[in-house]
Amino acid sequence: MLDSNKDSLKLEAMKRIVAMVARGKNASDLFPAVVKNVACKNIEVKKLVYVYLVRYAEEQQDLALLSISTFQRGLKDPNQLIRASALRVLSSIRVTIIVPIMMLAIKEAASDMSPYVRKTAAHAIPKLYSLDPEQKDQLIEVIEKLLADKTTLVAGSVVMAFEEVCPERIELIHKNYRKLCNLLIDVEEWGQVVIINMLTRYARTQFLNPNINESLLEEGGEKEFYASDDDEDDEEKKAEAAALAKRKPYVMDPDHRLLLRNTKPLLQSRNAAVVMAVAQLYFHLAPKAEVGVIAKALVRLLRSHSEVQYVVLQNVATMTIKRRGMFEPHLKSFYIRSTDPTQIKILKLEVLTNLASETNISTILREFQTYIKSMDKDFVAATIEAIGRCATNIGEVRDTCLNGLVQLLSNRDELVVAESVVVIKKLLQMQPEQHSEIIKHMAKLIDNIQVPMARASILWLIGEYCEHVPKIAPDVLRKMAKTFTNEEDIVKLQILNLAAKLYLTNSKQTKLLTQYVLNLAKYDQNYDIRDRARFIRQLIVPTDKSGALSKYAKKLFLALKPAPVLESPFKDRDHFQLGSLSHLLNTKAGGYQELPEWPDSAPDPSVRNVEVKDSVPEWSKCTSRKERKEKKVEKPFYSDSEGESGPTESADSGNYGDQAVVALGSWNILKISKTHTHVLCASFTSDQSSGEEQKKERKGVKQRRSGSESESEEESESESSESESGSEEDSESDTDTRKKKKVWTHAHHPQHCHSQQFLLSTSVAPTSSPQVTPVNNFLSSSLASDLEGLSLTDTVLAPTTIAPSASVRMYELLHRITGEGLGVEYCFNRQAFSPDPHMVAVQIHFTNNTSCETKNLHIEEPKLQSGMRIKEFPEIDMLPAGESVSVVMGIDFCDSTQAANFQLCTHTRKFFVSIQPPVGELMTPIFLTENEFKKEQGESSHLHHQPPPHISSSSPMLK
Amino acid sequence: MIHSLFLINNAGDIFLEKHWKSVISRSVCDYFFEAQEKAMEPDNVPPVIRTPHHYLINIYRDKIFFVSVIQTEVPPLFVIEFLHRVAEMFQDYFGDCSEVAIKDNVVIVYELLEEMLDNGFPLATESNILKELIKPPTILRSMVNSITGSSNVGETLPTGQLSTVPWRRAGVKYTNNEAYFDVVEEIDAILDKSGTTVFAEIQGVIDACVKLSGMPDLTLSFMNPRLLDDVSFHPCVRFKRWESERVLSFIPPDGNFRLMSYHVNAQNLVAIPVYVRQNISFFESGSSGRLDITLGPKQTMGKTVECVVVTVHMPKVVLNANLTATQGNYTYDPVTKILVWDIGKLNQQKLPNLKGSLSLQSGAPKPEENPSLNIDLKIQQLAISGLKVNRLDMYGEKYKPFKGVKYVTKAGKFQTGKVVPKQSSRLLFDKTK
Repeated sequence: MLDSNKDSLKLEAMKRIVAMVARGKNASDLFPAVVKNVACKNIEVKKLVYVYLVRYAEEQQDLALLSISTFQRGLKDPNQLIRASALRVLSSIRVTIIVPIMMLAIKEAASDMSPYVRKTAAHAIPKLYSLDPEQKDQLIEVIEKLLADKTTLVAGSVVMAFEEVCPERIELIHKNYRKLCNLLIDVEEWGQVVIINMLTRYARTQFLNPNINESLLEEGGEKEFYASDDDEDDEEKKAEAAALAKRKPYVMDPDHRLLLRNTKPLLQSRNAAVVMAVAQLYFHLAPKAEVGVIAKALVRLLRSHSEVQYVVLQNVATMTIKRRGMFEPHLKSFYIRSTDPTQIKILKLEVLTNLASETNISTILREFQTYIKSMDKDFVAATIEAIGRCATNIGEVRDTCLNGLVQLLSNRDELVVAESVVVIKKLLQMQPEQHSEIIKHMAKLIDNIQVPMARASILWLIGEYCEHVPKIAPDVLRKMAKTFTNEEDIVKLQILNLAAKLYLTNSKQTKLLTQYVLNLAKYDQNYDIRDRARFIRQLIVPTDKSGALSKYAKKLFLALKPAPVLESPFKDRDHFQLGSLSHLLNTKAGGYQELPEWPDSAPDPSVRNVEVKDSVPEWSKCTSRKERKEKKVEKPFYSDSEGESGPTESADSGNYGDQAVVALGSWNILKISKTHTHVLCASFTSDQSSGEEQKKERKGVKQRRSGSESESEEESESESSESESGSEEDSESDTDTRKKKKVWTHAHHPQHCHSQQFLLSTSVAPTSSPQVTPVNNFLSSSLASDLEGLSLTDTVLAPTTIAPSASVRMYELLHRITGEGLGVEYCFNRQAFSPDPHMVAVQIHFTNNTSCETKNLHIEEPKLQSGMRIKEFPEIDMLPAGESVSVVMGIDFCDSTQAANFQLCTHTRKFFVSIQPPVGELMTPIFLTENEFKKEQGESSHLHHQPPPHISSSSPMLK
Repeated sequence: MIHSLFLINNAGDIFLEKHWKSVISRSVCDYFFEAQEKAMEPDNVPPVIRTPHHYLINIYRDKIFFVSVIQTEVPPLFVIEFLHRVAEMFQDYFGDCSEVAIKDNVVIVYELLEEMLDNGFPLATESNILKELIKPPTILRSMVNSITGSSNVGETLPTGQLSTVPWRRAGVKYTNNEAYFDVVEEIDAILDKSGTTVFAEIQGVIDACVKLSGMPDLTLSFMNPRLLDDVSFHPCVRFKRWESERVLSFIPPDGNFRLMSYHVNAQNLVAIPVYVRQNISFFESGSSGRLDITLGPKQTMGKTVECVVVTVHMPKVVLNANLTATQGNYTYDPVTKILVWDIGKLNQQKLPNLKGSLSLQSGAPKPEENPSLNIDLKIQQLAISGLKVNRLDMYGEKYKPFKGVKYVTKAGKFQTGKVVPKQSSRLLFDKTK
């Protein structure tokens, strides 16, 4: 039929052939006839031929080559879908001879116009790799190229190829990291899984452990616990740990944050694999406080198919060991239903056991009681074991559990009894003295119980604690000796054990019995038992030959045995990446990539910087990096600790100066075109002259004013240089770093201007360099709170709105970790400081996060710039644990933005802190009508003789 | 990733195999059969089985085992989720996912599998795209095909795969434009013998059937979105808008799909629509027992409770049941030991009752556990959580669509008669000492 001219006949034939293939029948004889039709016009015939070809090409390599030219033609087709499908089939044919052709096709397709073809190329990469691993280097080049692709269609497939071909080449991801994070939500779900798993590994190599501080503190605590004998040393260590924690306050890399933020919405995915992937990402990467969000999503998966439940529960079981608190609110979701399959029941039981704590144990035990009555015996046995584990883990309920288990010994079901015996044995080992009653009870059971494991356990118990039950033990041995020949092997071994132990403790009564048992064992069929008998005889029965060993027989047999540790099989499984096949099997599966440990110090984050500036997401990234930089400058305290700034970063900071300068120029233009920036100008100029005499300063203002006026419409490089020189003049003694800081404070000015530009919607000439504009935009938004106060100076606003802004920004003075539990924040509350009108009121907010009270909070040794003054707050006698308090202090910054440095002292420690005011906080608003203002403006621009009243720094208007 | 797929029926026949990479002999399934034998019940076959060279990840669905062969590390859920997707696709195409249906349409199945995976990695799993590639079989089409000789494979190439909304096919046209939404809620509950709720929660889904022309952009809002505690969405839903405004904004796929599933906050007390009085007792002597069950409506918000079915898993020793029902019929299967009582509509005036004696295996000890009851029910036009759809708006197209919302409440895993110790376990345990 295949040779027929009619398509319908061909189709019919192909359908039959494919049906044969599907059933697993061999249809390879038809290969020549089928291959002929590869160029058939009918699409369905063609597709079926492809299916056949891919299946049998490996077996008939020579004949398969006949079809290659068709695909090569297809690769050149104008239709992208035909190109893609040709590549797909071509790459699926596993014939080594065509490797070069495939390589060529993949390379070409990788730079195809259509993203769909590029996606297909990404799919083809692992195919070729598995066919010929020697092509790896070339393939990596293609992968690198495709990784840079910006379409969502390609992203998932290329990461899949990356994972299969070169997962160790993590450096290829750097440049694409941010892009992948941002695209993630739009990638198809299967791609999401692969990308998230890969990014988890990536993040482990590139970022710092977000829980580092806690683990350090924990370590300190542990050391204290163990090394109690040499306290001094311990304290040292503790101090060391604390110092380490202080030296390196953890600041999450913004890229790390980006990953966490962008994956979070995917917890809402309908695809269980995606949810699991995000969950494992959070478990491995997120700070402790944030991991909790995944619990709800995982619990949701428990309502899915039983196979999904099985996998999820395995992972939850591992998680509950490390982070019990996370799932505690969802305890009820793990309750077992009678309709659950046994394997699910047992896993749920595992989770419930892990979740058991002092607070919920009674609820859980009550739940367990209902399970014991289940008809599913395997499950009942597992429940009893779980009770045993709860009893060992939570000391308070041990007796309760033990009693409950003893009650189970009278259960009618033998399996229940047997399992209880085994568990009781383990529990008793922990405290045998108090429970001779139970041992006696169990000795009676030996008559009835048939399950070998249980019998063996009872015998072992009696032997081990024969001194607690001296009367019963020999009797039990007598009974056992009678039935010895009919017992199971493990029971026989325990009988021997019991006999030996009794012989050693009570040889008068049991000598003959032991001899008898040993004789029986001597002729047993099992060689283990014969061996054991021989061994015991040599040890305990003193003969002339037996030497030194028999002296120690008692020690050998009656040594104190350590109690067994009942622990979860899921303990320590989290060293495998959660959600992976290896984790599920608890062994390394082929191709598993180890989850690396956190690095000790973060690798250079700048490798992820991307130069491209035209795309929007890139910008937001860059600016977020700058935001961090900015913070650093604001808080020199922190910037010291992050000593390792890469070469690019330092280059960056060099640029900052430039940007500030250029921006300054634009600001100057603004000043003229816009009215109320006068105030700003004043504050700015007065900055320059901090520490100078007032008269001199006024002069300076005038001069500078005139200068700026004249130059304002021009390129304002000169102005900026002047301002820089001004700053140099001011602080001749200052070091270079100071200068830098100075420049930075200038950088704040443009922000104000820019937002004024927005607020007043003026048409101002754009800044000279377009590259700078976005930075300014960003900065202006970041400091919006500062501007709230400023914008109020606009005359269009009614005076009533000039109340102190409600949303006052809090600055951090002392982080709670560096402050050893004492957290201090401050804000400028924008109210007059009544004791001294020249001072700025600073509200300081102390929070005591420690568990003990802090005493005598006060300020010492202020190190101030000349002219600056501080009015200290009254000493706080005591701050109880967990409480917080606010005080107000006054600082006269002398109209500069220099930081006020001082020591914050408690009764035990001193902390160096500094407060640096943003410019906006140094001013008081004044109200002018429009006319008044114009008058003032006219005066200031034309008459330089008299300083306009609102910039006189001695007046309370400018503090 | 996924190397091969074998479909195996309950009898242990491999009736379909498909390989995406080189061929793996079907003898690998022997490991699966071994595990299956050990597990006794299909539910208990471990989803992941390790063999010396491969890993078998399987799901059991509609009496078919989908066994996939894996060679290297892959997230197990990835495979499981995919296999379920395959099963759903068969259901979508052939109406049901049975061995017969698959065997009848083996060529289409093969074509589908070919499109869904490429080299073991999922390629196209959206039903809209697949339907564009391979048309589902209908009686009419098969007739037309046989006359004209045209095929099931789409002549046009799929364009949906290329668009930014990969779940929707292009060029959709309907004469009647309609969008229906079904809000289906299920009550999962465990009640104890006295009818007190031990545990109850509501799960809900919104299934949609959207047949709208062009590229409609829909917005669905709720009267009380706060009820929704935990949600998961079809990929078409814009998550950002849900976060900010609590509305569902989406460009829908064409045809049937599950828009969202949700969980209603458990803090709100769940209304239990029925109450059950049950008394099942076994006598120590005479190898017999008594059974007496009465059902009645409780909090139904004025709606009728329909399709009530009570299922009881009897202990193994129960040989037969001799009962009389005042309403509906009962059946007892002595092999599986399942008693099913099909009641139908619940009558407010005359409460249905099932009463009679049970005969036990003589000589066997009396069962210690009282069996629990599983109840199935349905209430039309009511979402038990009180969730209400506020409005549906359409943007992007000019025509006026026909809109409709339907509410249904069902019993999910609804179990009563669980024996829960009243006191704390400490007391109960202590008593015995």
